[in-house]
Amino acid sequence: MVKVDKAAVREKIARRAEKEILDGSYVNLGIGMPTMVANYIPDGKKIVLQSENGLLGIGPYPTEGEVDPDLINAGKETVTAMQGAAYFDSAESFAMIRGGHIDVAILGGMEVSKDGDLANWMIPGKMIKGMGGAMDLVHGAKRIVVIMDHVNKNGEPKILNSCSLPLTGKGVVNRIITDRAVFDITKEGLVLKEVANGYSIEDIKGSTEPELIINDPVLEAF
Amino acid sequence: MKPILETFEEAVREVQDGATILVGGFGLVGIPENLILALKEKGTKDLTVISNNCGVDDWGLGLLLKNKQIKKMIGSYVGENKEFERQVLSGELEVELIPQGTLAERIRAGGAGIPAFYTPAGVGTPIAEGKEVRSFNGKEYLLEEAIQADFSFVRALKGDIMGNLVYNKTARNFNPMIAAAGKVTVAEVEELVDIGELEPDQIHTPSIYVQKVIIGEQQKKIERLTTR
Repeated sequence: MVKVDKAAVREKIARRAEKEILDGSYVNLGIGMPTMVANYIPDGKKIVLQSENGLLGIGPYPTEGEVDPDLINAGKETVTAMQGAAYFDSAESFAMIRGGHIDVAILGGMEVSKDGDLANWMIPGKMIKGMGGAMDLVHGAKRIVVIMDHVNKNGEPKILNSCSLPLTGKGVVNRIITDRAVFDITKEGLVLKEVANGYSIEDIKGSTEPELIINDPVLEAF
Repeated sequence: MKPILETFEEAVREVQDGATILVGGFGLVGIPENLILALKEKGTKDLTVISNNCGVDDWGLGLLLKNKQIKKMIGSYVGENKEFERQVLSGELEVELIPQGTLAERIRAGGAGIPAFYTPAGVGTPIAEGKEVRSFNGKEYLLEEAIQADFSFVRALKGDIMGNLVYNKTARNFNPMIAAAGKVTVAEVEELVDIGELEPDQIHTPSIYVQKVIIGEQQKKIERLTTR
């Protein structure tokens, strides 16, 4: 087994996830790896990032001189606001989320089922920190993309027939992007859309629990 | 005109043991710093605190936690606080976790005279246990009830002597809904201005929701300083 460079894997996933964001869209990025997706948006693509603590139009991280303690993102990092940004309260923020106004939300995941159930907020027996805005987001955004490692620390699949962890939302995920492949969740089942460089269709089958619908996926896609 | 308080001791004087308090802020941003410090000083016990987060170990609501003044915490994310974890695991502290959007809307409903509402957040998850589920247009929703409190503590950038408030950037967060959902709302403002100095079109919290105003200098501690 080759030594895995975690940062490089995260970058690979984030770069692939960036392609899910269409020019002109309103986007919410979850905390952690999803936040990194913003780093790979090309200059020509104009998007508006929503932060559920009350900002539409997150700008780059501030320079030292620009730091404003009253201006943070949902991960509590200091940020800036882009030109054309808007501030609002938390009820308004979740009205825009629940109301179906966000084009795409990219979230992290611990487990996803073939039916699009997502578990990403608690592990029984461990300290429960809270779900934050994840349970609202999964029902509100027009499209939910989950990005995560393909397998867990023990090398076991994270894409399952049914989630073993308590759910964040039931039947909410549209697409899964991992370091090994891209899947769509459809009424017919889990469709393998793309296979990453260095992996074969057999590798993906062997590391994904549900039966896959394989209909000419793009190989060496990313 | 609203009473403009001179001391924070006076601002928390009526808060009795066992009171329920709504506290504004997201992380450490927009928290009423001095009202929290005054509660710590007063030592009021068995509080039920409703706030999105519970501060950090040495600032914000974390101070009340450390002092064992909180009996029950209601919020959406409490992961920034080690003492919190200790008290929960030892059974000293009761916790109720609510999806952030549901929390915001329950507080909004509390101030707006709406006893309950249906929301999709939490359907099919552990938080749906014991809650009414109803279908609308083929999709399931949970019934969630309004939240109100004995006291609401908010923080604003500017307030006038009527009690009108203006918040700064993302320090607005839960503060406007919280101002409306408390029986007694105390606004800690960075700057107090005279009537007429705030543009009526720019006011975020109209004075009707605010019972008392006090000026408070803020430390504005930063939880995650991130620069380019």
